[in-house]
Amino acid sequence: MSESIEQLLAAKEVIVVCGPGGVGKTTVAAAAGLVAAVHVGGRVLVLTVDPARRLATALGLEALGNAEVQIPAEVLAEAGATPRGELWVAQLDTKQSWDDLIRLHAPDAQTRDAILGNSLYANVTAKFVQSHDYIAMERLYEIHASGRYDLIIVDTPPSRSAVDFLDAPERMAEFFGSRLLRWLTVPYRSRLFTSATRPFYNIADRVLGQQFLRDIADFFLLFQTMYPGFVSRAEEVQRTLQDRRTSFVVVSTLDASSMNECDYFIDALAARRLSLGAVVLNRVLPSWFTNKTAAAAARKLGRRAPKLATNLKVDGDPVLVEGVLREISESFLSYGVAAARQQELRHEMQHEPPMMASLPFLAGDIVNVEGLAEIGDHLRA
Amino acid sequence: MSLLDRRLLFVTGKGGVGKTSIAAGLALLASSRGKRTLLCDVDAKGDVAAAFEAGPLDFEGHELAPNLRAMAMSTEESLKEYLRLNVRLPLVTRLGPLARSFDFVASAAPGVREILVVGKLTYEVREDHYDLVVVDAPATGHVVGQLASPSAIHDLVRVGLVRDQTRWIVDLLRDPAVTGTVIVAVPEEMPVTETIELSGRLEAETDVDLAAVVVNRVLPELFGTREEKVFRQLLDDGPAKRLRDEVGNPVRHVLAGADLAVRLRRSRTSHIARLRGELPPDTPMMYVPEMFTRAQGIRATRMIADAIEDEL
Repeated sequence: MSESIEQLLAAKEVIVVCGPGGVGKTTVAAAAGLVAAVHVGGRVLVLTVDPARRLATALGLEALGNAEVQIPAEVLAEAGATPRGELWVAQLDTKQSWDDLIRLHAPDAQTRDAILGNSLYANVTAKFVQSHDYIAMERLYEIHASGRYDLIIVDTPPSRSAVDFLDAPERMAEFFGSRLLRWLTVPYRSRLFTSATRPFYNIADRVLGQQFLRDIADFFLLFQTMYPGFVSRAEEVQRTLQDRRTSFVVVSTLDASSMNECDYFIDALAARRLSLGAVVLNRVLPSWFTNKTAAAAARKLGRRAPKLATNLKVDGDPVLVEGVLREISESFLSYGVAAARQQELRHEMQHEPPMMASLPFLAGDIVNVEGLAEIGDHLRA
Repeated sequence: MSLLDRRLLFVTGKGGVGKTSIAAGLALLASSRGKRTLLCDVDAKGDVAAAFEAGPLDFEGHELAPNLRAMAMSTEESLKEYLRLNVRLPLVTRLGPLARSFDFVASAAPGVREILVVGKLTYEVREDHYDLVVVDAPATGHVVGQLASPSAIHDLVRVGLVRDQTRWIVDLLRDPAVTGTVIVAVPEEMPVTETIELSGRLEAETDVDLAAVVVNRVLPELFGTREEKVFRQLLDDGPAKRLRDEVGNPVRHVLAGADLAVRLRRSRTSHIARLRGELPPDTPMMYVPEMFTRAQGIRATRMIADAIEDEL
């Protein structure tokens, strides 16, 4: 078990950053990548899915597509970081990744072009529930297998449920092997109407119409030619995730709904024998908000505001100063309630993770490498 | 027209912005005004139930408060109901395995799962079972696909029962007197960016009207310009020392807390300004304050309902 985030980054080859939506996964992934490149060394890739625009710009991620780009050493140096290694970033382009995968698995050029040109293809890859999840894991596998990087940190797509992507490779294999797909792909005229399948076809015809069913059948018939390649690939992707060189970092914020998902996620990892490396709690309010003597000082400040307003010798109408002092006192006590609730949630975590890191509640957004370096310092603390 | 006079509201937003709390607040407010209200949890993660201290929800639904029912969406149950109502299959028992295989088609065929969800919701409106249906809809990435699915399927399926049925669904969705979306945002960079993008995509890719944007977790303004000037002086060496002498050393945390609050508020104000500037100018905006005392549960839901009422 690693004792620090830095050690985890040094020991593993793949870090999957996951967690509920809106908790700052991308920022944590990028900051961890920076820590690895600066303090651990080697070639580090951060594979991100949906970065905030200004952060993407700061990282030079304006180019579309799957290109991997290196952050120039000067950019890192300007931010006060002297890297021992290289930091690379790439964005996940779902459409292009799917097209690449089809090119890889299609048995011949004709099938390949038929699939890529099929009107249902775009729809299925864009909307099939698990397609984004699967393609992210597939890309991760592909890059890892290429051996181009010492460490790959991947930021997972915002799934409907945070655990969806864990099952994506298996579901994909299951889907390609499903009885239903076989039914659909039997040419319409030669179907054997057994008593078991007749009601299915009858209802499907009435509800969806024969033409639509035929279109679907054509599409999946094409897709099925890729079955063996796809399934063995999905199994390899799964193996990469289960490999001991891979570790998962769960990011969460300290609110009830995110923490429920975080607990659920940790269970899901354990159930799948995937290794949890660390939990990172983001947007944690400073602990002094719940400090008793500080709260007492805040109350005293409010109580003695009229007297203090004149004693402090600041410019301004004493009534105005008194109002400011009361406001400061009130605000502290309000934030104190929020901070206390955060601490409760932290203590109520159902599973004690192997390692925990807390990131402070920052007033501004992370828009440059300096900001990432600051987050990185907290990760290392 | 007033938000609650519509019949069907899809509440969406980036993950973590409090979409469920706002949907719950809207539903509670509508029901307290005497409207027969249905609140539907599409993701079925249990947050809707938690907002009312209720047990797990199912497709049938539970009464949560006077005039207010809540249900959890299930595509399989929706399919069964659809088949029961339309195909009149006598043996419901045979629907078991059938529905499961159909669920697989739903995963694969474009839009089938989505239309089972939207179909059920519009059906409740068409049948006048409720005055208002509030949907805790999928997060921004998925909601466009869901709302676009009826027209997409209508175009794809040239004959059959589904083609006839998508017609009335499309009609209900595109009528702004009936249907609207509510996007929930918090004043931070990514949620604001996603809200602006979603508003554009809803306009371009669906026929559904944007009914309102709710900005959640707005922080109170601590100081005006004159107060801010006084506050800055308090951080100077002289006054800060006198404060420590009078109140005690820990007062430095109290000042640091106010400083953080001021900076947070300022950064959030700039995001709200960007949101307002980049949304279509006639978009109704509502602001719900940060609830310091309660974040989840019926008490928080009631506070949010009150905050929305103030904004209507």
